[in-house]
Amino acid sequence: MLKAKNLSFSVTEEGKTRKIIDDISFEVKPGEMLVITGPNGSGKSTLVKLLMGIEKASQGSIVLDGGEVSDMSINERAKAGMGYAFQQPPRFKGMTVKKLLAIAAGGSLSETSCCDLLSGVGLCAREYLNRQVDDTLSGGEMKRIEIATVLAGKHKICLFDEPEAGIDLWSFSMLVKQFEKIHREKKESIIVISHQEKLINMADRIMLLKGGKIEKIGTRDEVSKDLFAGGGFFGCNKAE
Amino acid sequence: MEIDKITQQVLDVIDEEGFKQEGAYNLRQNGYALCHGDTEHIKIKKRTDGHQGIDVYISSEAKDETVHIPVVVTNSGVTDLVYNDFYVEDGASVTIVAGCGIHNSGCNDSRHDGVHSFHIGKGANVTYTEKHYGAGEGTGARILNPVTNIYLKEDAVFTLDTAQIEGVDSTDRKTHVELLEGAKIIVTERLMTHDKQTAVSDMDVVLAGTGSSAQIISRSVAKGESVQSFHPKAIGNAGCHAHIQCDSIIMEKAKVASIPEINANHIDAAIIHEAAIGRINNDQMMKLQTLGLSEEEAEKVIVEAFLN
Repeated sequence: MLKAKNLSFSVTEEGKTRKIIDDISFEVKPGEMLVITGPNGSGKSTLVKLLMGIEKASQGSIVLDGGEVSDMSINERAKAGMGYAFQQPPRFKGMTVKKLLAIAAGGSLSETSCCDLLSGVGLCAREYLNRQVDDTLSGGEMKRIEIATVLAGKHKICLFDEPEAGIDLWSFSMLVKQFEKIHREKKESIIVISHQEKLINMADRIMLLKGGKIEKIGTRDEVSKDLFAGGGFFGCNKAE
Repeated sequence: MEIDKITQQVLDVIDEEGFKQEGAYNLRQNGYALCHGDTEHIKIKKRTDGHQGIDVYISSEAKDETVHIPVVVTNSGVTDLVYNDFYVEDGASVTIVAGCGIHNSGCNDSRHDGVHSFHIGKGANVTYTEKHYGAGEGTGARILNPVTNIYLKEDAVFTLDTAQIEGVDSTDRKTHVELLEGAKIIVTERLMTHDKQTAVSDMDVVLAGTGSSAQIISRSVAKGESVQSFHPKAIGNAGCHAHIQCDSIIMEKAKVASIPEINANHIDAAIIHEAAIGRINNDQMMKLQTLGLSEEEAEKVIVEAFLN
């Protein structure tokens, strides 16, 4: 499905070059859910941005369904079947929720479908259809609408950058159900950056990232020792 | 009355409801009143003071009625100065659909200066929509200079929705509003300029009555080498509320100036002004690209939504 080979990404600050992603290779199989976790600054967000083309890899290749996408623009990758949910979704003055969801669905979407998508992410649908995606929405509302835009499209693989950040526990439960739906029913591949145990437990495989390198990748049983190394889990809310 | 093809095309753009020679209407073309109609509650009369234009009388019996008063200029080199006065009686409820379109296919400038004065009675509710649009392949400029004076009596409500869509080479807009006790005005101004177009919008809102309020939202997009200037001014002479918000997207080599002015002459006057000018947000572009839109498509969607 998706293969990343020898991916690297560096930034230059004050004349010094720093590697954010350091020669990473991995594969996501069709229908597989991969959760990427790791401490802050380990390169998780940068890695999924490289996959989506938001950042340009300084080295390496990305192959989707046998086709090279490394040189493709963001929208070409989207058309090739990649979906992406921002950690901090942008706001649009004048754009209604309904319009944004319609764009996400490829041009048009019935009111009923819009409502289903919004309900799926824990929003009282009809109240939101004609609201603007602007400062009048809270961070949590924005986040849920962002996830709905990804759910609106048809993808081969969906990338989610910390979908749980900024949303309440009840909505998080709804979100978990949506991931189950994508994973079990739609059988789309998913890459999720998360620190949440519930999502980690859903994963087919877990990637532990540290210092821009893959520390470990495997099933929960294979990775759990490394996840809880030193008696603590990376950012996980154990109450969850 | 038969309407020619070009005039109809312009009407289709400036009158979203669809102009029909039915109900209350007045169509002005190339400096002359082409056709008009009255209803029981809305009477349109030619001015008798020597000025070009009409007086529109709306009775208090008018409830949710509509009057269409479009202006179309299709001849190159026309300069049209028109005075339209509206007298809306207490308690009336009406929508006025105006708009001006210039189709200039020649090398001479075409210009329309419309001076509209609204005298709104107590408790009346008026929605005024106005679209300005320029088209035609000629080198002559398309110039629109609207002057809008609005006088609101006690508890009257006026919703002004004004939009300059495209193709207007030069505009100098003057808006003056006076509000008595409990009166309310809601203004939405949308403006787009491109190429070497210029736009100036000056607006004075005088809140003279206790409990009066004003909400003014101005959104503009400046492309190419166009130049825009906004000068909204709110004057609170009584216990009142006013909120002015000016947002502009600047693109390419355009220039935008926003010069807010708020004056409080009463201790209970609460007036807020917000202004922001900036380029299209990169995150917005990327978000739409992740949904499959190209850069050009994303930019178009952002601009259209912003001006929506």
